[in-house]
Amino acid sequence: MLHLSSWMTTLPMMFIGMVGIILVIGIIVLAVMLLNRLTSRK
Amino acid sequence: MNFLNTFASLFSNFGNLTWQMVVMWCIGALLVYLAIAKKMEPSLLLPMGFGAILVNLPLSGAITQGDTVGPISALFEAGMSNELFPLLLFIGIGAMIDFGPLLEKPWLMLFGAAAQFGIFFTLFLAGFFFDLRDAASIAVIGAADGPTAIFVANTLNSQYLGAIMVAAYSYMALVPIVQPPVVKLLTTRKERLIRMPYEKGNVSQLTKILFPVVVTIIAGMVAPASVALVGFLMFGNLLRECGVLNALSETAQNVLANLITLVLGLTVAGQMTADKFVRPDTLLILALGLVAFVFDTAGGVLFAKLLNLFLPEGKKLNPMIGAAGISAFPMSGRVVNKMGLEEDSQNFLLMYSISVNVSGQIASVIAGGLILTLMA
Repeated sequence: MLHLSSWMTTLPMMFIGMVGIILVIGIIVLAVMLLNRLTSRK
Repeated sequence: MNFLNTFASLFSNFGNLTWQMVVMWCIGALLVYLAIAKKMEPSLLLPMGFGAILVNLPLSGAITQGDTVGPISALFEAGMSNELFPLLLFIGIGAMIDFGPLLEKPWLMLFGAAAQFGIFFTLFLAGFFFDLRDAASIAVIGAADGPTAIFVANTLNSQYLGAIMVAAYSYMALVPIVQPPVVKLLTTRKERLIRMPYEKGNVSQLTKILFPVVVTIIAGMVAPASVALVGFLMFGNLLRECGVLNALSETAQNVLANLITLVLGLTVAGQMTADKFVRPDTLLILALGLVAFVFDTAGGVLFAKLLNLFLPEGKKLNPMIGAAGISAFPMSGRVVNKMGLEEDSQNFLLMYSISVNVSGQIASVIAGGLILTLMA
């Protein structure tokens, strides 16, 4: 059986999921850059 | 006469054999063949293949029959229904991964995020055919990460765990076949020839030690459902990097990972009974798994092409490295490097592609956690 109206739930989930993962990874990238800066030896 | 009846009763179980069981024997035999002859993920496909034959014998004592609990069903209850086995395996995987090269160039992690597009696109697509929980579980095949796929499918109580596992591990093994055509379709030869000289950076040991802690906190705050997944992966990595628990790190990488892999394959096979597996849905799940892998690859490559629009000449990225953002480690990184060398024998992309590939490990786990959070 086809759930033709599923896109109303899954499409927002697709966008929120992609934005969410890019945001989380983005925060991790910034945190690592900060760690690298704080712990680097001159 | 009594003797004949007793003798005949020895073979009465043949009457319980169904054609679906025979189909499962063939699938089991195929998995064993692929594991041995083609060396495709043998540590998992072989136990799964043999297990598929074992549990599909009529009235098999390996699984629960009536009131008699079978050992594989007992293993499932002990380590799968509570997600323990995949989590323990993550400790081993975390201990195996060297995040050092990725920490030198942390921006490469963005490719890991982009290459999870297949998961979310497949969720959208699978929603048309399955209820939301099963669709989400099927979508996570695109994580290209067996333990994450098991964890999410189990947590969401999907009825398709066996098919999802077979799809996840089969496509992981098929990365060298699935990815190159997609990459070639989306890139020009000129783009594939872009060289990316590698300059080694410096990462302190303190950063390597703090990294697993920081990732656990960030991922746990945003997607609390993923904290077990991310936490166990990062705990394994902390064992590796702390420098004072080498024996535990070695144990996690070898003994623990091997032991869990052994029982995991058999336990998953317990879900591959004919009544659950031999149905049209299984073919659809396999097709959706392929879609997930294809769109993961496309997501990574297209993200690199998008970045190239803003980068000056001479700083442009070889978009092929984006394809390594899926979690199939280290196969995807190697495939991208090989493709670079096929175009230009002096184009070494390995350090970039492996770093992106490692980032895919983190991103896929977080994506699994985000799916769980979105489903909550």
